[in-house]
Amino acid sequence: MNELTDAGRELTYLAAFNEGMRQLMAEDPDVFVAGEDVGVQGGVFGSFAGLLEEFGERRMVDTPISEQAIVGLGTGAAVCGLRPVVDLMFMDFVMIAMDQIANQAAKLKYMFGGRASLPLTITTNAGAGLSAGAQHSQSLEAMLCHVPGLKVVAPSNPRDLKGLLIACVREDNPTVLIKHKKMFGVSGPVPQEMYEVPIGVATTVRSGTDLTVVAYSRMVVESLKAAELLAPEGIECEVIDLRTVQPLDIETVISSARRTNRVVVVHEAVRFGGLGGEIAAQVQEYAFDYLDGPVTRVAAPFSPVPFSPVLESRYIPDAARIAEGIRDCLGLQPANG
Amino acid sequence: MHICDLDLNMLGANGIVGGGVPIAVGAGFANRYRETDDVSVVFFGDGATNIGAFHEAANMAAALRLPVAFICENNEYAEYTRRDRTMAIDEVAERAAAYGMPSVVVDGMDAVAVWSATISALQWAREGKGPSFIECKTYRYYNHHGVQTLGMKYRPDEEVEEWKALDAIDRLEARIVLEQIMTEDDIAAVRESVAEEVQEAVVFAESSPDPDPLELLDHVYSEPGSAGQ
Repeated sequence: MNELTDAGRELTYLAAFNEGMRQLMAEDPDVFVAGEDVGVQGGVFGSFAGLLEEFGERRMVDTPISEQAIVGLGTGAAVCGLRPVVDLMFMDFVMIAMDQIANQAAKLKYMFGGRASLPLTITTNAGAGLSAGAQHSQSLEAMLCHVPGLKVVAPSNPRDLKGLLIACVREDNPTVLIKHKKMFGVSGPVPQEMYEVPIGVATTVRSGTDLTVVAYSRMVVESLKAAELLAPEGIECEVIDLRTVQPLDIETVISSARRTNRVVVVHEAVRFGGLGGEIAAQVQEYAFDYLDGPVTRVAAPFSPVPFSPVLESRYIPDAARIAEGIRDCLGLQPANG
Repeated sequence: MHICDLDLNMLGANGIVGGGVPIAVGAGFANRYRETDDVSVVFFGDGATNIGAFHEAANMAAALRLPVAFICENNEYAEYTRRDRTMAIDEVAERAAAYGMPSVVVDGMDAVAVWSATISALQWAREGKGPSFIECKTYRYYNHHGVQTLGMKYRPDEEVEEWKALDAIDRLEARIVLEQIMTEDDIAAVRESVAEEVQEAVVFAESSPDPDPLELLDHVYSEPGSAGQ
């Protein structure tokens, strides 16, 4: 994206999504949005604010609280040649729509022998940190990444959010774009023009020689903070932002692991069965001889996301916990002795 | 089971009972979005109306007034369980009222009655009035899967024979002859040509080569080579 000129302009994560959505709808008359409260209300977090006024009810469709029918509406419209964006208000609601996502949208192209195109984008809001309770806070990306046919992206900053949204909507496969709801107010440079961040391409957001930290979504922000915490001690971490979690850009991870010889994977989802396990497995498959120690995982404990702010802050991995994971991976004593 | 023909806008029979109903509503949405005269027609059984997806889709189609015709082939069995043991209503069509869509119950073994109801449903949708629901009371000679007709625990053999006496094709043929639209010889010729067509399809299927094993990952995604993480 370096060739794009930012002129120093900054947008919030929320505004970057909104701008990308507006530009996509202006660009392609086959793009429409359907979901709960996306029209009049502009989305519960304001993701779609102003789009009803600009594009009308035909293209900004308020739906019943019917997640299966929302994804089915998008799937059917996509097979018929439109380019739907369907919104599931909270990622937890993916579980309600899982038949339509995993058994229908993900498989129709394969079952039709490649005859159908499925340019469907599902947008959703994930993550803990707002004390929203066990049913409005989950990070369920691993379940989606397990389904062949889907592509899944989880941007960590406003620029990647806009670029990945545009790439997802222009993509001819079903995609799921996961926004982190604690990121909406975070600002960063965002080019005005339309641009794509390619799906399936990770980026190295911090160079280092001692160890590779692999993260995505909001955990990239915490991992960068952890790297800064450790730098004064002479520990130089490389931090990779996966950006896309399916397909996984394992080459970037392996190439880094072969240089640093140590890997820590960080995600907000629970540790058991999370992407950390998959990444650790692939690192040992492709870089076993380069590793100086086991791959370390920093992730949430095996518990529902708690409501109590005290418990929730203990639940979510943060820079301090990531720093501990890094020390552990390096065979160092914990900072507090 | 998974027949489909996109050239005919036929979006596939679905392996998930009721799973195709929301997709049909999406097709209806696309028809209206494009301002075409097309109507999305979705076929399902009585058992499929017990799955949540049916109810979400029916309500969505009605709330958005989409051009969709819901056609329920009520054959009185959901897999291997009789309908009156799995729903407490007499007619499946009663469900349509809950969503504010008109419905009609027809003799599903009477081809002309089904045709007539379908014409009305299509016209209703094309007038912008939204979805409607047709319940066709019918029966199945075969099972939920497989071709065994008799000797099953879940239904008496006599019942199968009673329904066969009402066979939709036999009745249509009799009516065509009675109304002197075709002769019995004409009808026999049609039956013969259909049997030939089916036989040709069987020969075509059996003589078609198996897929190249390297095709395994084709069409997981639209671009080749992107599967297989």
